Amino acid sequence: MHKFLIHKRGDLVGVATSDIEVREKVVGIYMDDDTAVEVTARESVPLGHKIAVEECGPGGAVIEYGVQIGKAAEGLEVGDYVHTHNLKSARW
Amino acid sequence: MEQQLCGYRRENGRVGVRNHVAVLPVDDISNAACEAVASHINGTLPLPHSYGRLQYGEDLELHFRTMIGLGSNPNVAAAVVIGIEENWTKKIADDIAQTGKPVAAFSIEGHGDLETVWRASWKAKDFVQWASELRREPVELKDLTASIKCGESDTTTGLGSCPTVGVAVDRLLDERATVYFGETSELTGGEHLIAERMATPELKDKFMETYTSYVSDIEARDADLLGSQPTQGNIAGGLSTIEEKALGNIEKTGTKEIVGVLGPAEAPQDGPGLYFMDSSSAAAEHVTLMAAGGAVAHLFPTGQGNVIGNPIVPVIKVSANPKTVKTMAEHIDVDVSGLLSRELTLPEAGDLLMDYLSRTLNGRMTAAEALGHREFTMTKLYPSA
Repeated sequence: MHKFLIHKRGDLVGVATSDIEVREKVVGIYMDDDTAVEVTARESVPLGHKIAVEECGPGGAVIEYGVQIGKAAEGLEVGDYVHTHNLKSARW
Repeated sequence: MEQQLCGYRRENGRVGVRNHVAVLPVDDISNAACEAVASHINGTLPLPHSYGRLQYGEDLELHFRTMIGLGSNPNVAAAVVIGIEENWTKKIADDIAQTGKPVAAFSIEGHGDLETVWRASWKAKDFVQWASELRREPVELKDLTASIKCGESDTTTGLGSCPTVGVAVDRLLDERATVYFGETSELTGGEHLIAERMATPELKDKFMETYTSYVSDIEARDADLLGSQPTQGNIAGGLSTIEEKALGNIEKTGTKEIVGVLGPAEAPQDGPGLYFMDSSSAAAEHVTLMAAGGAVAHLFPTGQGNVIGNPIVPVIKVSANPKTVKTMAEHIDVDVSGLLSRELTLPEAGDLLMDYLSRTLNGRMTAAEALGHREFTMTKLYPSA
């Protein structure tokens, strides 16, 4: 059973559809092509919050819905919990 | 099975789905008289608010447009208008009367509250008894003007409830209905996606000018918007940036071409289709502006559980958040949380919403109506003189 969904292939983050525990191995599904991906959570991620499915370097663009949703100042690793602490708006 | 839609066809041919007799104060100091009339006469709807004095310029025009638009809304059968001064009271009543519906105007100066309430109550009694005999008649979706806006959004709105509304919007437009969306600041990060859907290059320019003007005003305040836009509730629900919120928000606009750009509370002069209305993203202000522009029903996706309603427009709440549909069940009309567990497909979710919309148009009370949510909030552009 999946525990997170990813809007589009190429997105850097997925959204937890159940609470995810730290070190839990979880399956995510890409909503555009129904393919699955497995990620080990580096932190716990509550329902509705984001988990990184791809890495990016410091200041890298974070993509969701196939569009940039902000920048990750410190960069991200696969399985990171992604929220306001490590993802900032590129607009305001 | 598809239900026959039935609504109230008004004197000007427009179709309403509710049958209110509104008691409209022109200004804040006439609220007491309006509420007194409503307490005497069963079936009247008072619409108290906080403004209408010493406004000027564009802000005054918006005030008039909002009051006139609400009185003219097809969900209103008749209107009693009460204001302190005769001139502005008459202006609003006369403009509402152009729809052909019964309207009566009363000014308080020179008469006092008691005499005004006595005279206005007689008229209100005549109006509610007259309106009580109006009957619903068969109508079609093309007669409908609906509006959309989400609130207390989270990532589940972008995954589930907004795409569900997007399906409904596409289907309404296929039936030649009219749909308004807005939330100008909340398009930030996805404004290019909206601009690309404008029907003509002129509309695209008009949209980008409207968007840029609104957002420049916000940026000129040089304030930290985190916690306001996105809200604390948005952040608690997992939304991290305005761009992420906007992209979820835009999901509910469906996929069709956008045929017009409206000012706040403005009604379109052209035909049916999808319209952008320049508007605040605050729920009560937004639904009020859209009602003033002529929307008779509202589709409202929510994640964390916004409880908003509107006095004259039924607001249908759609949620895909599996926690919210349990913890705030009394507020949610359509539960599409099965989209997150993938037990429900998007077309099935669209069917659920369209069915609920039909029942609401035919008279079923929404959760917000049953719970007494009547948020009527005017948008004010700048301080009064």
